[in-house]
Amino acid sequence: MKNLSKLRLSYALCAASLALIAASPALSQESVRIGYVVSKTGANAGGATTSTIPNYELWVHEINEAGGIQVGDQKLKIEVVEYDDRSSSEEAVRAVERLATQDKVDFILTPWGTGNNLAVGPIFDKYGYPQIAGTSVTDRAPDLAKRWPNSYWLLGTGGSYAEGFVDLLVKLREEGKIGDEVAMASIADGFGIELSTAGRTALQENGFKLVYDQTYPLGTQDLAPIVNEVKALNPDVFIAFSYPPDTLGLTDQARVLGFNPKIFYTGVATAFPLYKDRFKDAANGVVSLGGIDPNDEKVKAYIAKHKEVTGKEPDRWASFMTYAGLQALQQSIEQSGTLDKEKVSEVLRTGTFDTVLGNISFDNENRQVPNIFTVGQWQDGEFVGLVPTDKEGSGELVFPKPEWPAAQ
Amino acid sequence: MLTNAILSGLTMGGMYALVAMGLTLQYGVSRIMNLAYGEFVIAASFVAFLLFTSGGLSPLVSLLIIVPAGFAVSYLVYGILLTPLVRRARSREALEADSILSTFGLLFIVQGLMLVFFGGNYTSYSYFNTPVQILGTTIAANRLVVLGFAVLFGAACYFFLMRTRTGVALRAVAVDPIAAGLVAVDVRWAAALAFALGGAIAVTGGVLVSMFLTFNANIGVVFTMKALIVVIMGGVGNVAGALAAGIILGLVESFVATFVDPGLTIAVTYAVFLAVLLVRPGGLFGTAK
Amino acid sequence: MKNSPAFVIGAGAILFAALAFVPFYVDGYGLALAIGIASYTILATAWALFSGPTRYISLATVAFFGVGAYTVAVLGEVLPWPLVMLVAAINGMLLALVVGLSTLRLAGIYFVIFTFGLTELIKQLVTWYEVKITRTVGRYVFLDIDQQTIYWQLLALAAILFLVGYLIGRSRLGFALRIIGGDETVARHVGIDTTHAKVALFVLSALFMTLTGAIMAPRWTYIDPAIAFNPQVSFQAVIMALLGGVQRLWGPVLGVIPMTLLFEYLNANFPNYFILILGIVFMLIVYLLPQGVAGAVSSLRAWSRRDGKSVEEAR
Repeated sequence: MKNLSKLRLSYALCAASLALIAASPALSQESVRIGYVVSKTGANAGGATTSTIPNYELWVHEINEAGGIQVGDQKLKIEVVEYDDRSSSEEAVRAVERLATQDKVDFILTPWGTGNNLAVGPIFDKYGYPQIAGTSVTDRAPDLAKRWPNSYWLLGTGGSYAEGFVDLLVKLREEGKIGDEVAMASIADGFGIELSTAGRTALQENGFKLVYDQTYPLGTQDLAPIVNEVKALNPDVFIAFSYPPDTLGLTDQARVLGFNPKIFYTGVATAFPLYKDRFKDAANGVVSLGGIDPNDEKVKAYIAKHKEVTGKEPDRWASFMTYAGLQALQQSIEQSGTLDKEKVSEVLRTGTFDTVLGNISFDNENRQVPNIFTVGQWQDGEFVGLVPTDKEGSGELVFPKPEWPAAQ
Repeated sequence: MLTNAILSGLTMGGMYALVAMGLTLQYGVSRIMNLAYGEFVIAASFVAFLLFTSGGLSPLVSLLIIVPAGFAVSYLVYGILLTPLVRRARSREALEADSILSTFGLLFIVQGLMLVFFGGNYTSYSYFNTPVQILGTTIAANRLVVLGFAVLFGAACYFFLMRTRTGVALRAVAVDPIAAGLVAVDVRWAAALAFALGGAIAVTGGVLVSMFLTFNANIGVVFTMKALIVVIMGGVGNVAGALAAGIILGLVESFVATFVDPGLTIAVTYAVFLAVLLVRPGGLFGTAK
Repeated sequence: MKNSPAFVIGAGAILFAALAFVPFYVDGYGLALAIGIASYTILATAWALFSGPTRYISLATVAFFGVGAYTVAVLGEVLPWPLVMLVAAINGMLLALVVGLSTLRLAGIYFVIFTFGLTELIKQLVTWYEVKITRTVGRYVFLDIDQQTIYWQLLALAAILFLVGYLIGRSRLGFALRIIGGDETVARHVGIDTTHAKVALFVLSALFMTLTGAIMAPRWTYIDPAIAFNPQVSFQAVIMALLGGVQRLWGPVLGVIPMTLLFEYLNANFPNYFILILGIVFMLIVYLLPQGVAGAVSSLRAWSRRDGKSVEEAR
């Protein structure tokens, strides 16, 4: 008896859902349909809300404000179809399939993070959508570019970040500023391990001594034991390939416990505006991934516009790659004068684009942006790019790291 | 190094214990397995953050507003959302299943509201983050405050449950609601009170941890699970047990991080917990049934 | 039950044969949806296979699912596919055997929390192993298995699951389990080896979960512990099964289909309020349609009435 009403409920729900799904909006001819799937909720939401979503919104806002994208002889406004992948690979895969086959969008923007970009890679490839990933650090980027010819990996490989930083250390040691002892802690997740593995190899090749080399799991709340132990070893250099909550936690503990090595390096979120807001002057001298040229007019304009439209500043790393990727997409649509994916991809592969990262081209084997800043440092309220040192606009390292100011 | 590990473990353990005490009241007395517990913790963190950044209100002062509010909201949640379930439940198991399902929905609602109001951003601010010297080592003042509150709350709850008439009534309901009803304890009222008290402790925990942890709308479940582990280890409904279990857990984590491998801290947490469950299913300080 | 086994099995076979043609009639999204429904049908049904009669609420679904997925991640490019599946099956069953033997004496909420903790422990240990031994977290699964094949594999697995479930329902084991579900003490008194019966069922249920994980893994290209052991999967399987009802073999499907469609509908129309609306819908289901959700406890009710404990404890 009881099962009967249960049955009825299920059928009713089922029918209702079907009816509602059938009522999806009809295709519009007067606009460019852009779809994206990002983690609005779940474990990835913190990253996606910082680097990905605001840039997508900014880009769409800017284009529509200017009357649309120039496609051939008409200006088409952007119509957005968005889904939440709830930080799950399976949901991301399904939603991208949906964008491609149900919503039939013209272009699909990429999800946040390495895992989800890899998960949706085959779908982008199957339907011929260019995949311009701005938040994916993977050592397999060159392989992936080969496997999926329409994929672009703007954030580069983990190795490039670790090696760029070790080069900087080698130079400091040559100048007699630091010794051999380095302490390293990393998050036990793809990003942290990829970077620490590359970093360990580079450090050992260059004769550095790793006095501390440990990982800690995702979700670690107490970072005091790590900082305490490292402090007792008193190394000249501390490296943490960390994620946002632990980046803040490690910095916090280092300050409270008075651990002030000559070089203090923390991972993801150091380049976030959150870090500057949180630590103010104490952020000065902290080194991390990414960086910008604060005197570049395009960079300044982008930061100002980002703040105006989304109400907050962009982070000084992945936001720039994400936005540059969007600019490249826009320009290749305009240059090819069509919404045909094949033709746009052709331009994307071979053309040169004027972006917030400067003039960039993906015309290389790995389809990455060569010569992006891999190491930066907070200097008086701005996260200045340092390495590669020969890159235009690169800053000088402030050394040694200034004392932590007294806590407020 | 040893004192460092002990101090660090005690302060983290204090936090776990504080957060878990509320859940042990809610689950032990009200029989509500509140899966949205962590969301209440984080919601309080957000409110404290908001009051601090926009109103310049110290989190310790905002406790005076947030704790009564947490009590009231929890009382209403119990009165409006959970009472119908209690009324229709025919057995403890039925109520347990129903409360898991409904608080699972509540979890999404609270999380959804936080996402709408605060977004999915990481949030962090600094308060009372001054170094304090104790026993030759340094520790952040705000973490000591948390430990202090944990001990204070633990003692207060213990006194309340053991020495007051109301406390005895709550304990009676925890042991046997039917018998408690027979001796003229208003069971519904006692359950609502315990649930609200649990909520008040949850938001206290939320305000205090916001001073030194980075949080966002999605991490509530971390607190629910940590609290659940502590509750089960300490014995369901046992406030002193929760305090002890929380501190033990904090110490274990900190010792493993310092002397073994920080990569294993969470693994060891769960291993200890699973071992306790297998050896003493009633909790370390519970009476095995 | 009045239908003859031959008829039921025959009808089931025809139904599954018909479902095998789905990929030819739907687009990529339709297929993705079908894969989603098929995978959760297996997970929820396998979950109910054990939890329905025994009333143990297990949150270890994703532990087995993840073990299957990880086996593919490790061995997928080394061994031929059938062998990979075999190894996955063995891994999952061994794990289930160890877990089953050590935990089935826990009851109620303790079992729930234990199974959750176990999943987290496995996730942590896999991470630690990868970090320390292989020095890489996150594995790339480049297998050329297309979506249709994944769907057909899932469908075949589902067919086997339903067949096995049906046969168990008619077997001595099924009868024994129903008695255990009714009252374990009684079961023991009438000479049923309750531990063996429960462990056998637990292992069987875990086998199907493990294989689902193994089949799904190639869909994601990249597997790390957080992806493979995502606790959401466990919760979702439980919720879907409870919504559909765990007393009948075909009950969970009735939860899986509407829930999957509801998720899709909400996500498409309210991407920014998805969680909030899902929560409200959820609460409404619990309150307004108690019978729908209370399927899981209907046997509890029957049991508690028989047990003479029907006085509402919390009243």
